[in-house]
Amino acid sequence: MRRCSVKILVTAKRVTDPDMKIQVKRDGSGIELSSMSFKINPFDEIAIEEAIRIKEARGGEVIVVGIGNEQGITQIRNGLAMGADRGIMVKIEDEVDSDTVAHILVKVIEMEQPDIVLLGKQGVDVDDNQVAQLLAEYLGWGQACFASKVQIEDSKAKVHREVDGGIEVLEIDLPGIISTDLRLNEPRYPKVSDVLKADRKKIEEMTPTDLGVNITPKVVVKGFVESPQRQGGRFVADVAELVKALKEEAKVI
Amino acid sequence: MGSVCIVAEHWKGKLKKATLNALTFGKEAADKLGGELHLLVIGNNVSGVADELKGFGVAKIYIVDDPSLEHYMAETWGHVVAEAARLCNARVVAMSSGTTGKDLMPRVAAKLEAGMASGVLGFDGRNFTREMWAGSVIATVEVKTKTQVVTIQTTHFNQADPVGGETPIELLNISVPESKTMFIEMHETQSQRPDPTEAQFVISGGRGMESGENFRLLEKVADLIGGAVGATRAAVDAGWVSNDLQVGQTGKKVAPDLYIAVGLSGSIQHMAGMKNSKAIVAINKDEEAPIFSIADFGLVEDLFKAIPELSRALTKELT
Repeated sequence: MRRCSVKILVTAKRVTDPDMKIQVKRDGSGIELSSMSFKINPFDEIAIEEAIRIKEARGGEVIVVGIGNEQGITQIRNGLAMGADRGIMVKIEDEVDSDTVAHILVKVIEMEQPDIVLLGKQGVDVDDNQVAQLLAEYLGWGQACFASKVQIEDSKAKVHREVDGGIEVLEIDLPGIISTDLRLNEPRYPKVSDVLKADRKKIEEMTPTDLGVNITPKVVVKGFVESPQRQGGRFVADVAELVKALKEEAKVI
Repeated sequence: MGSVCIVAEHWKGKLKKATLNALTFGKEAADKLGGELHLLVIGNNVSGVADELKGFGVAKIYIVDDPSLEHYMAETWGHVVAEAARLCNARVVAMSSGTTGKDLMPRVAAKLEAGMASGVLGFDGRNFTREMWAGSVIATVEVKTKTQVVTIQTTHFNQADPVGGETPIELLNISVPESKTMFIEMHETQSQRPDPTEAQFVISGGRGMESGENFRLLEKVADLIGGAVGATRAAVDAGWVSNDLQVGQTGKKVAPDLYIAVGLSGSIQHMAGMKNSKAIVAINKDEEAPIFSIADFGLVEDLFKAIPELSRALTKELT
């Protein structure tokens, strides 16, 4: 018996390298990006890996979508090198909020009609954790966010979710929205030959105007400051001194 | 002018303490807006939860009680919260940023055509402040829509104190839609210890713990002072402890009276989840570990020597 193939849409957000130190521009208008390197949002990388594993098991197609400035094509190519089939780059220079991203994705989804949409649960830059949920509501679909295990069963997906207090198991109808948590999988490292192959895969470019999306944001960032640095204290020589300090100085025991 | 509506977080018929921290945000926000503070309790058989919230000085507690709200579901709860927010004319709709708030509130925002700010630290009547980039920066954001939806970084607010008095309770009749999603089951973390977000004391382990078995050492210390155990991403990824113990940027944010970081180096992502603790102790054999830069007290020692010693010292101290 032949298993149905699935069409999966995944996102690849271009984010600042999460291990680099962040500096705010002197006038507080933004983040100093000139010396930063960029990566695929790690949660999106997990989404891409999961999509490819589903495709490998059942057949189908994986489409990687990037939204933002043109340099985001690099992150789409990373996804293609991992094994996705083609890309869509929605070019936009302005700052977009999660709501605008969700509205753009709605249009791309209407165009592509995927069975599953897999996204990272949050971008590790602005830490919103909103797009998957907004998208599910705008489409009227079910959502399974913070996934640590995904099983596709015909027209349904059984998803384990990482929630406070344990793991919750849900079953959503497909098409549906799944956002990924850290434990879902470990993304593969693409082989050089796959990186070369990715260069030949198609990336379709479009703009919000082409899609008929209004990009006026609902949420506007007015300024940034660096978080106050916590001052370190001192070293203690041994456990006895530590306990004494906790008792007499910090007064916490 | 407009009201602030806080959605109560509860579990197994009991109020989650984070809701009391959320109330403190709610009071501040309502004062700034010159409006009333309302609470919304939804679920099945939740009058007990509403009772726990009486006497905190809110103008009104709204209840939506329906058997089909038994299990939290984004679709059903999202509909009910949005409808209730409309009925009580809420300007700001807010919830603590546990996994329920994170899952639910964007859905509510979409229904209300509202903008949303995640994990807010404050509100001046117009702008919200919130952390971004793993807590490295604080952004001032304006939500331009008439209704504004937020989740609250509750570690940033103290728990509200009861002020006494009667709180009017009103039952709202809101029909619950069908959900396309089915709840199958919950694999609960079996633990007698408090949740890291609710504990006064948290002891966390990282890669240096070397195995799940070794977390027993930390559990012993936690149990001595009624605290919680936490972990870094590395320890959770390795399967040593359950996922809901992860402290950090994308896990839980905690701010206990005392946080003891054991055998963990202190990645930016981990520190984002615990740097607001009142006192921080770091125990690590590598004196270059970044965690020492934010610790009030640092002990450079092998944890397998230091932690049993700490257990013994605390046992002596507390008996």
